[in-house]
Amino acid sequence: MSKSNFTRRGLLKTGALAGAGLSAPTLFSPVWADGHAGYTNAPAGGTVTLGFNVPQSGPYADEGADELRAYELAVEHLNGGGDGGMMNTFSSNALKGNGILGKKVEYVTGDTQTKPDAARASAKSMIEKDGAIMITGGSSSGVAVAVQALCQEAGIIFMAGLTHSNDTTGKDKKANGFRHFFNSYMSGAALAPILGANYGKDRKAYHLTADYNWGYTTEEAVRTSTEAMGWETVAAVKTPLAQTDFKDYVAPVLQSGADVLVLNHYGGNMVNSLTSAVQFGLREAQANGKNFEIIVPLYSRLMAKGAGENVKGIFGSTNWHWSLTDEGSKAFVKSFGTKYGFPPSQAAHTCYVQTLLYADAAERAGTFNPCGIAEALEGFEFDGMGNGKTLYRAEDHQCFKDVLVVKGKENPTSEFDLLEIVEVTPAAQVTYDASIFGGDLGTCNPGA
Amino acid sequence: MFGLNAKDTRLLLIVIGLVVFAPFLMNPFPTDSGLAQFNAGYPDLMQRFVIFGIFAIGFNILFGLTGYLSFGHAAFLGAGSYAAVWMLKLLTINVIPAILISTLVAGAFALLIGFISLRRSGIYFSILTLAFAQMAFALAASVLTPITGGETGLQTALNDPRILDGAASGTGNIPAPALFGLEMRDSWDWVVGGWSFTFNAGYYLAGLFMIGAFYLSILIFRSPFGLMLKAIKTNQTRLNYTGLNSRPYTLAAFVISGMYAGLAGGLMASMDPLAGAERMQWTASGEVVLMAILGGAGTLIGPVLGAGFIKYFENIFSKINDNVLHQWFAFMPDGIENFLVTILHPFVGKGWHLTLGLVFMLVVIFLPGGLVEGGQRIGRLFSRKKKTDDSPNADTKPAE
Repeated sequence: MSKSNFTRRGLLKTGALAGAGLSAPTLFSPVWADGHAGYTNAPAGGTVTLGFNVPQSGPYADEGADELRAYELAVEHLNGGGDGGMMNTFSSNALKGNGILGKKVEYVTGDTQTKPDAARASAKSMIEKDGAIMITGGSSSGVAVAVQALCQEAGIIFMAGLTHSNDTTGKDKKANGFRHFFNSYMSGAALAPILGANYGKDRKAYHLTADYNWGYTTEEAVRTSTEAMGWETVAAVKTPLAQTDFKDYVAPVLQSGADVLVLNHYGGNMVNSLTSAVQFGLREAQANGKNFEIIVPLYSRLMAKGAGENVKGIFGSTNWHWSLTDEGSKAFVKSFGTKYGFPPSQAAHTCYVQTLLYADAAERAGTFNPCGIAEALEGFEFDGMGNGKTLYRAEDHQCFKDVLVVKGKENPTSEFDLLEIVEVTPAAQVTYDASIFGGDLGTCNPGA
Repeated sequence: MFGLNAKDTRLLLIVIGLVVFAPFLMNPFPTDSGLAQFNAGYPDLMQRFVIFGIFAIGFNILFGLTGYLSFGHAAFLGAGSYAAVWMLKLLTINVIPAILISTLVAGAFALLIGFISLRRSGIYFSILTLAFAQMAFALAASVLTPITGGETGLQTALNDPRILDGAASGTGNIPAPALFGLEMRDSWDWVVGGWSFTFNAGYYLAGLFMIGAFYLSILIFRSPFGLMLKAIKTNQTRLNYTGLNSRPYTLAAFVISGMYAGLAGGLMASMDPLAGAERMQWTASGEVVLMAILGGAGTLIGPVLGAGFIKYFENIFSKINDNVLHQWFAFMPDGIENFLVTILHPFVGKGWHLTLGLVFMLVVIFLPGGLVEGGQRIGRLFSRKKKTDDSPNADTKPAE
């Protein structure tokens, strides 16, 4: 014990002060966190805050930027600004353009960096600091699964943005999470018949797969559905998500005996791998006496734009495309185009729709309580949102709607006119039993 | 007090005070004022402050004392996280076993890597640790997916066994990590006037560990063992020539420092039961080096300050978007407003790395001793009497 200037008297004094300070809270009628409303972040005052958590950096940054544009547009429409977009064509008429339940909609944004850890930190700060009542976004299934689990724990509704893995509403489904976007299984089921008709039933496929859960389920879905009609899978190679150079992965493809390359890649990954494949001359190549073909199971206009010339004639599937001519799509393309000067991507579409669906569910439920909203969304059937008649299935919180099979356009008329719709696969053909992927929805958690 | 001299006692009490009163210190602005953007007093960020504080303190025991620059410390953080999540999945949702096991696992892992890497020193040591950490990252992200969950990360699930808890999963919700029933995410809000202060259970548990870690690090710094480590930093060759084998000392420092990282990882997983592979990536290892240097390597409190500084930037500056900027400058004429927003745009939001880089550059050039040196300079500026005594922890020399 060395000398120190802490005297007994001094210590007592400080102790007494600190004690008084610590007991003070009880004098000020303490408010237990959110306890008064029965659910987390119950909006007080005239505003309600939504959290838009999108990738602003990393391989999916382009999609993230477009998602954010769509969210801003949706908020504008919900608050009564702009031309109302799809609110006019939506089959439910609960939304009046005066915010949600009369509260003005505000929003906060965050960067997921396409990393589950960073995405959760960002979502947590939205919930804990900004008081967000709903989190939406994500352009990666890894992120969506992680953030969905967080929202379930915190008692917040998660409206998944662009996430295509079966896991999001399959093995990792959660009672507080909802997905409008389609999934790998539906892509496989929609693509296989078209591939069979165009490329024959005796093909040998080589898969390059992004090394995370979306890649796995997409590879599996495409393998299962193509093998069922007689294709053979020669090899399936996993590539890291952060990979930017795919030459080493593409180089061995021609020698492998395969005559089809399936790129289970998305966003910047797909742009890079497809470019490498084209540079290696795969498109002109012949294998097993047939033309070598490339397939991209999940397509988007942003990717087609990034890959330029290379996408011509390549098949894939997509959730929505701006060239659709139903009323909902036309209204959305018009208001998005007026605001930003170019047509929206499928990522923008699904995020916009999810925001409106959430707002509508809150209106119909008459509360922001996650359990009320979940109840309003479960089994909800709607139309006029660009995909025709759609069902939010109660068993796994997955939307069922038509799936588009598309092809890179041979003669694009503009820089946005890059994909043409080959077939609209009806929802019935891609519907599956809710139990095939396992997982447990659990019960809805209102937090608090 | 506590077996420390007056100066160290004061430092320890300052740290205790900072940890205890952080909910107030971090929320200086009323919640509905425009400056509330800069409030950092929400549970997640406060937890990060203290957890990365522990990580940086541990790193500093190796780097600050022995001068061995490990560039793979994130591997121990990651290993600790995975161990903790597995404990939460298999054993019990109580965080105590998770934290203990994560520290031990990281210690064992550090022993293995340290045993090999410490055969070299200087840049070769750094490269070896970097290589091991990247190997660990690649394994976790890909090959070991069944154990680590790959890119998606490892999470708790409804159907985990949790053998000590038994039938806890009947509620339909995954139980949250808790300390004997006290959930880590439990918070208590105290609203006074326009202010709102949040007291979070998890934060105070992590804070308790941080104070313990800090106290232990003072003891190590002041012990004969610490002196030996400093001797290694000053002149290892000479030490070897005196017939002393320095490797057991460096290995011990490496393992202790690895255990600190494991403790940090375990606490992270206890606050939020998810472990992702990117926690092991080299950028995460680089971050702790930045924390130590920015705060002041080799000083006791420097790394803690550095950790807080970097985490603050990462979480607060990255959330300032153009919308917020427009709100700030709304009172100005449109032309000037847009001009200012354009100028500031690259420095906020996703550009926070750029701002941090600039700050780091300024600190390294003008304050080689880090933020601690800055504090001391300001202190000297205002102190009346000239201080002549050179205190033992005024060692602001930059780390070699």
